[in-house]
Amino acid sequence: MFLAKIADCFSIHNATGHFWYQRVTALALIPLSVWLLLLLNKALTAPYADTVAWLTSPINASAIIAWTVAVIFHAALGVQVVIEDYVSSLSTRHLAIRATNLIFLALGVAALVAIFFILIDR
Amino acid sequence: MVEFTLPQNSVVKKGKTFKAAGATNIRNFEVYRWNPDAGENPRIDTYEIDMDHCGPMVLDAILKIKNEIDSGLTFRRSCREGVCGSCAMNINGKNTLACTKAIADYKGTVKIFPLPHMAVVKDLVADMSHFFEQYTSIKPWLTNDAEPPADAERLQSRDERAKLDGLYECVLCACCSTSCPSYWWNSDKYLGPAVLLQAYRWLADSRDTNDQERLDELNESFKLYRCHTIMNCTDTCPKGLNPAKAIAEIKKQLVQRDHS
Repeated sequence: MFLAKIADCFSIHNATGHFWYQRVTALALIPLSVWLLLLLNKALTAPYADTVAWLTSPINASAIIAWTVAVIFHAALGVQVVIEDYVSSLSTRHLAIRATNLIFLALGVAALVAIFFILIDR
Repeated sequence: MVEFTLPQNSVVKKGKTFKAAGATNIRNFEVYRWNPDAGENPRIDTYEIDMDHCGPMVLDAILKIKNEIDSGLTFRRSCREGVCGSCAMNINGKNTLACTKAIADYKGTVKIFPLPHMAVVKDLVADMSHFFEQYTSIKPWLTNDAEPPADAERLQSRDERAKLDGLYECVLCACCSTSCPSYWWNSDKYLGPAVLLQAYRWLADSRDTNDQERLDELNESFKLYRCHTIMNCTDTCPKGLNPAKAIAEIKKQLVQRDHS
């Protein structure tokens, strides 16, 4: 149900859903990106083991998963808008949107799998 | 794909210069000229205007050119007081109404072009057919299934009437729509700021009961959501209106209806 709702917001027929989720993810990314700076600071200044230990706390683990999902979702929605703006051929536009959505889906899955392995591998 | 360069037959060439013999107070006006029957590229003609014998507005200068210098110059005008929207054109890079824009507001040469990114019929006359078709598509008339009161108009409170302020004043000059990059790229499907402001004018009208159907019609990725809040529309509106805010209000109504 949730996945169907997400898939629907990429549809041309649910333009308001697309607009709404773009704003919601943008808002979510404000605090999450501030948190990301903390992670980057940790990753660049502390040893790997310390960084992983910091990351596996429930709050930080939730934050990195939330940031990954939000940024991938937001980017996919945003790129779709750019394609709709500049690609006028209907078939090329649909192909480009599907291709980019597939790429973002693959990126998201790869990122979440990588996070999962980091979290269980401590 | 989007075209970023002009086709060969649209490249603008340098045109003729018309001198103002004996005048001492001269302003130069560069005007876009194109005649579809001549088979030539568009050109920029330069007119020297004797400001001691010219009215204060840009439209006065254009009328002087047509009446006294070059009768072939073609442009639209009617009310000469910013009510009809006919004389919308691009003056020194910004869309405005020639009749309400003072020449004194500009320094140096005044450059006059037709509204941007519209097909040109001749000289400063843009083809407005598609723009008005889009206007028709939003059903710009009152829809109310209930019978009106006998021998009386449909009443509004002062507050309900106030919601139409900033909307009803639009004269459909198309200055805003033709200043919008989204409208340049996708005017075949995107309704543009002027038409969307009009759409909101009917959504905001307490006497109109067709809100849901109007919102359904607008809830489409191209008709409404090509607006990326660039704000050129609000910046250029010669009537001081805020189409960007009207579009945001439509989006807000849709989100409140579908996501709350």
